[in-house]
Amino acid sequence: MTDTATPDTSDERVKEMSAFRKALIRPELGGICGTIIVFLFFALFAHDSGMFNSQGVMNWSVVSAQFMIIAVGACLLMIAGEFDLSVGSMIGFAGMMIAIFSVTLSWPVWMAILVTFALCLALGALNGFIVIRTGLPSFIVTLAFLFILRGFTIYFPQTIERKTIIGGVKDAAEGDWLAPIFGGKILTGLFQWLGDNGLIAVFERGTRAGEPVVDGIPMLIVWALMLVVFGHILLTKTRFGNWIFASGGDAQAARYVGVPVNRVKILMFMFTAFCACVFATCQVMEFGSAGADRGLLKEFEAIIAVVIGGALLTGGYGSVIGAALGALIFGVVQQGLFFAGVESSLFRVFLGVLLLLAVILNTYIRRMITGER
Amino acid sequence: MADPIIRMVDIEKHFGRVIALAGVTLEIFPGECHCLLGDNGAGKSTFIKTMSGVHKPTHGEIFFEGQPLHFDDPRDAITAGIATVYQDLAMIPLMSVSRNFFMGNEPLKRIAGFPFFDHARANTVTMEEMRKMGINLRGPDQAVGTLSGGERQTVAIARAVYFGAKVLILDEPTSALGVRQTSNVLATIDRVRKKGIAVVFITHNVRHALAVGDRFTVLNRGKTMGTAMQGEITPEELQDLMAGGQEMAELEGSLGGTV
Ligand SMILES: Nc1ncnc2c1ncn2[C@@H]1O[C@H](COP(=O)(O)OP(=O)(O)OP(=O)(O)O)[C@@H](O)[C@H]1O
Ligand SMILES: [Mg+2]
Repeated sequence: MTDTATPDTSDERVKEMSAFRKALIRPELGGICGTIIVFLFFALFAHDSGMFNSQGVMNWSVVSAQFMIIAVGACLLMIAGEFDLSVGSMIGFAGMMIAIFSVTLSWPVWMAILVTFALCLALGALNGFIVIRTGLPSFIVTLAFLFILRGFTIYFPQTIERKTIIGGVKDAAEGDWLAPIFGGKILTGLFQWLGDNGLIAVFERGTRAGEPVVDGIPMLIVWALMLVVFGHILLTKTRFGNWIFASGGDAQAARYVGVPVNRVKILMFMFTAFCACVFATCQVMEFGSAGADRGLLKEFEAIIAVVIGGALLTGGYGSVIGAALGALIFGVVQQGLFFAGVESSLFRVFLGVLLLLAVILNTYIRRMITGER
Repeated sequence: MADPIIRMVDIEKHFGRVIALAGVTLEIFPGECHCLLGDNGAGKSTFIKTMSGVHKPTHGEIFFEGQPLHFDDPRDAITAGIATVYQDLAMIPLMSVSRNFFMGNEPLKRIAGFPFFDHARANTVTMEEMRKMGINLRGPDQAVGTLSGGERQTVAIARAVYFGAKVLILDEPTSALGVRQTSNVLATIDRVRKKGIAVVFITHNVRHALAVGDRFTVLNRGKTMGTAMQGEITPEELQDLMAGGQEMAELEGSLGGTV
């Protein structure tokens, strides 16, 4: 009587999943297809615009790398089930702090950078702590910080220096050991060699005659690639990555099996703040100045890149590689339209359409994974 | 039989003025499937929650492997080896079976000194454990969301067993399932019991209980109506006990023996 049930080993009603469907449920798929389409498009319509010579490539690479840096943070945070709308304000704030510390207060630049990083990490932790403690949606909490941080970013330079842009960081950074980590370039020798051998364009005239037009890889790009690799490995190859997925997938279920959900979420808020601070530091070192309006709308651009990259707004699903490709698409299209001489306002139209398509595709994919109808 | 693995003595649980349990005594032995039956509100869930550390009993004592035990929270019970599979299985539909299986207990391997999630091991173990439970996955990376209710129950059970549960508590695992899925879960219970794990199986369905149970305890209004052994009791008698006797006989008459 105890053995009335027969173990059933295979379910003939489950269709073998086709390779196509299997590929479709990879979160990166949208990003990969989008990247191919975008490059094909510009190769066809803008190949002679200078977009694909060394200077053009560097141009859209830098813009894409900027998007990538903040997209990695936003991606991991979104997979962990939260948003950060204060990223853009954090960029403005961090840049301004570096400028105030190093120029107004004449601190050494390395100290200004380190203190600013500590400040940003603390603010990220505060964001996360408030979200966890109050149980409020991170949407609202970080929206508050969007205004708070932007307010301070305008208030401080206004009251201290009576202006909203603080310059002179470049001079202050002269000879600093930490500044080149954010504002320097690598492989300059290689690029000189490429120029000498006629593989890339060199300046024909002027004080820089003979130097290649692109003289190295900016550290910004190195940071972007490092963050992408780090984020990807963390998410897919470590225990902590499993906790990120679990925290965003179903926080209660994760807690029940002992995942420290609160710690995971707060750490991800801090990582997002870290990425924003990297962005800001690179920008300040490049421009030599900090402006109170820097980073405007960056939080949305980061979220759009992440969504184009296949992450679900509801959390628990996504890919850092996808987000990086989303950022690449973003950068290539923005700069490509410029090269192709298209009215730049159309970029926003394109962005809106792309976002809508990505969200629809993602929703469809989610239904497929969870088997909902 | 050997010594009981859990002995619950005169457990009472009051919620304010509601007396959910009014003195329940129960022994559970290794390798047995102990069915807990009773009508809605009889106190079955409350009873197992005192066992799994969710509720502290108002009165009474719990002995685990002969030692008196006090659980402060569910993790204590899990650590001691008492695993509970609730109706909402604590699984994440968007994540793969193997990621779910090891959630919170990820196997690690070191590469250059850094600990990495050992996916290869997680995948083989998951496939292997699921095969033992009679479920052939398409692959360890299949999302839990694509599994049926019964298969999800089985993953939850397999996970509890793999991580060393000595007592497995299942709160109405078959209530939402169809015939085929139910038989799957019942087969799983049978397999788990044969490993020497004690199973506490809550159900409303007398036939499900009789299919796998070794002993049957009926709760009614927070009290035990008695415990019966497999073979000592007929489905009709069990049904009567659950309904508190008399009403069921009357109902049965008017429905022509269809219940
Ligand atoms: N947290 C609580 N607070 C107050 N009363 C409770 C609580 N939990 C249970 N009860 C009461 O205790 C009694 C027993 O409930 P319990 O959930 O144990 O029943 P059950 O046998 O599991 O029923 P079912 O078959 O419907 O699941 C009920 O009258 C219920 O209202
Ligand atoms: Mg119940």
